[in-house]
Amino acid sequence: MAEVAEIAINVKNLNVWYGSFQALKDINLEVEKNQVTALIGPSGCGKSTLLRCFNRMNELIPGARVGGQVMFAGTNLYDASVDPTEIRSRIGMVFQKPNPFPKSIYQNVAFGLKVNGYQGNVDEAVERSLRRAALWEEVKDRLGTSAFKLSGGQQQRLCIARALAVEPEIVLMDEPASALDPIATLAIEDLIRELAPEVTIIIVTHNMQQAARVSDYTAFLMVSEERSGYLVEYGPTSQIFTNPKEERTEAYITGRFS
Amino acid sequence: MSIASNTPSAFRRTGRRRAAFQEKLVKRIFFLCALVSVLTTLGILGTLLNEAIKFFLDVPVWSFLTGTQWSPLFSPPYQSFGVLPLVAGTLLITTVAAAVALPVGLATAIFLSEYAPERVRKTIKPILEVLAGIPTVVYGFFALTFVTPMLQKVLPELLVFNALSAGLVMGLMIVPMVSSLSEDAMLAVPRSLREAAYALGATRIQVSLRVVVPAALSGIVAAFILALSRAIGETMLVTIAAGATPKLTLNPMESIQTMTAYIVQVSLGEAVHGSLEFRTIFAVGFLLFIMTLVMNVLGYFVVRRWREKY
Amino acid sequence: MKQHEQLFTPRRTARKITGVVFYALFLSAVVLSIAGLLTLVIQVLIEGVPWLSWHFLTNYPSRHAEEAGILAAMTGTVYLMVLTAALTIPLAIGAAIYLEEFAPKNWFTTIIEINISNLAGVPSIVYGLLGIALFVSWMNLGRSLLAGSMTLALLILPIVILASREAIRAVPDTYRQAAYALGATQWQVVRGVVLPSSLPGILTGVILAMSRAIGEAAPVIAISALVYLTFVPGSPLDRFTVLPIQIFNWISRPGDDFRGIAAAGIIVLLVILLSMNAVAIYLRNRFQTRSEE
Ligand SMILES: Nc1ncnc2c1ncn2[C@@H]1O[C@H](COP(=O)(O)OP(=O)(O)O)[C@@H](O)[C@H]1O
Ligand SMILES: [Mg+2]
Repeated sequence: MAEVAEIAINVKNLNVWYGSFQALKDINLEVEKNQVTALIGPSGCGKSTLLRCFNRMNELIPGARVGGQVMFAGTNLYDASVDPTEIRSRIGMVFQKPNPFPKSIYQNVAFGLKVNGYQGNVDEAVERSLRRAALWEEVKDRLGTSAFKLSGGQQQRLCIARALAVEPEIVLMDEPASALDPIATLAIEDLIRELAPEVTIIIVTHNMQQAARVSDYTAFLMVSEERSGYLVEYGPTSQIFTNPKEERTEAYITGRFS
Repeated sequence: MSIASNTPSAFRRTGRRRAAFQEKLVKRIFFLCALVSVLTTLGILGTLLNEAIKFFLDVPVWSFLTGTQWSPLFSPPYQSFGVLPLVAGTLLITTVAAAVALPVGLATAIFLSEYAPERVRKTIKPILEVLAGIPTVVYGFFALTFVTPMLQKVLPELLVFNALSAGLVMGLMIVPMVSSLSEDAMLAVPRSLREAAYALGATRIQVSLRVVVPAALSGIVAAFILALSRAIGETMLVTIAAGATPKLTLNPMESIQTMTAYIVQVSLGEAVHGSLEFRTIFAVGFLLFIMTLVMNVLGYFVVRRWREKY
Repeated sequence: MKQHEQLFTPRRTARKITGVVFYALFLSAVVLSIAGLLTLVIQVLIEGVPWLSWHFLTNYPSRHAEEAGILAAMTGTVYLMVLTAALTIPLAIGAAIYLEEFAPKNWFTTIIEINISNLAGVPSIVYGLLGIALFVSWMNLGRSLLAGSMTLALLILPIVILASREAIRAVPDTYRQAAYALGATQWQVVRGVVLPSSLPGILTGVILAMSRAIGEAAPVIAISALVYLTFVPGSPLDRFTVLPIQIFNWISRPGDDFRGIAAAGIIVLLVILLSMNAVAIYLRNRFQTRSEE
């Protein structure tokens, strides 16, 4: 599988500040296309921050600054000429807590289609997205009811369907299962594996087993004394979990520190 | 406490009994203070009803509510008690005010909650509060001596007292109410919903109009209702600028009279207690009270629905 | 991916233009309100400043605009405010303490609470009607200062109660627990701990409510009617007039001169209002920095 590894995202010398506080320091990372890449590390090490650099969500936070390059499809995302809304329609995101809109199930999935001027048949696209998110069978008879009526796990799959509807090349997931029960978590993990051949997935997780189960590659981040996050080690998940190069990685994975 | 047996026990006991009595008394007094507000409502209802019922013994409720001629101060053959002209005047002004205040207030709220950086927000909000704090006689002065003459340059047929300028200025006056209540509703929309929309490639305007405003809709509608209820009850501005000619018209260029302005007009003349004239203002006041009450209750329920959502 | 690009036509340029247009609309709404306020203030200043003089502040109204003064209205306003405050403050604090510290959670408390928030939405002129019927006629107080202040007190009571409740709620529970731990009764806790620490907040609410009351003309006009007073009220049972009514009176007269002194009266009223708000803001800021320490 690693013969003709195509690169989906190439991070070069990335630095992120919140005001005067540097959250990420000198990150370099090549994310492979149509693979699942997991970001792991202790809480507060900047995993979410890094993830939000990939679709320029950080600039919605007042005071946040990004330096360095994030190369995607041959352009630097942070070029002045790049329209962040275009980036976000090509790189989708799923959040830690399910956050459906206070609208119907159908409207939730159709939102991104409308916003991006979808020309095809919306009904079909909604069905297709719900099927890809393994939710169709459960909701096909009540597309008009409020998304809040769904269970937590269903809501999160709805959010995945909503992201998939725009047909993104990459989907970013920030601890997508951390608010869910074990069964719903398994459903999400299965879903991630099913999607992988078609889309690149970058997933933040604090759950080691989950990273081992779902990801092809794993990046391990830590915090320096100044509380800035930095990349310790990055490689195929099997190697990181069985034969890490860095002692810190091993210590973290075996649970010797959190 | 009772372990402290070396204190003179008799003294302690009477002290404690007195304290308990004091405690009860104080609680009673505070309860009465809280009761005053309930008594106020009962007082309002009681006095309005009392005089209004006496009025309706002379004038049938039906002819009061459906009559199209309001001339209670004329002598008998020309005297008429149809309240519709006053209601129409009130609604005409309220409509003009709504046409200004609802769009401007909502746009201001969107600007403050979705666009303005914190520093700008902190500058603009106090200015709007000043706008809300200006006495209504001052707005009346402004409408009569500035807005009307300005409008007359464009609309020569505009009368000195007219519903248009009173309504426009009233709109300006209630903008802060619309904007601050709507902004509260929009700020209550969780950040995560905005992020979800941005992450789908939505622009700021799409996020504002397609996610935030719909999610805050009941709060915004409640803001509209409460602001309109305020406009219906507003008194001095319309008394000064809109005129004293009860008229059943939809034309804002004309001089009209609102329900509130009629009450003031009669009050100015020191109406004699017990006269029919005196009773008319209670009948009109009762109708006004009911109208605003219905709107406030409506607003309350709309807000309640919105609160349940998150 | 080819198909993707055909199916989605985000029309980014058009969207950008829409965004800019709407931004301009939102911004102009804000500018419109601020411009309205500025125009109003400037208009009042232009009309009124030439009429402001020591003579204006120290004389009674007159049929001749150039001789007219605002003394009766100003003193009337001051007296009315003092009386109103004296009536409102104890009632409001008592009600607030009851609701925050003593009230049981039952239907009657709920009724009181709903009632208070509803009263805030009753048009002020309706309070005027209550005042004429209840205080002027039934209690036979006549069109007096006392009747006026009782009416205004009822009008601002809900506002002051709400502000006082917030101030009381802001007192940390640890203070109360510390006092209870010393064996204090509920009333001792309220008197010794809750009231002193919430007083600045309550005071702020009182001042803000008074600044609303000072500008109110409708309910007061119903009580006092449009009197022409050439004396300062000497007792609570005397007749009276206040600034907004005097201003209303001058606005209603024909002639540019009366318009000028109306504007001068407005300036006096606005200056009083601004100073009251400044005091309230000062109190609030001091209070806030204190409690953060
Ligand atoms: N909006 C923000 N403003 C300021 N600091 C932030 C913000 N978001 C995150 N941080 C800080 O940046 C660091 C990394 O945060 P985050 O990316 O959320 O970590 P993780 O997802 O790995 O737990 C933390 O120290 C956090 O306190
Ligand atoms: Mg995180």
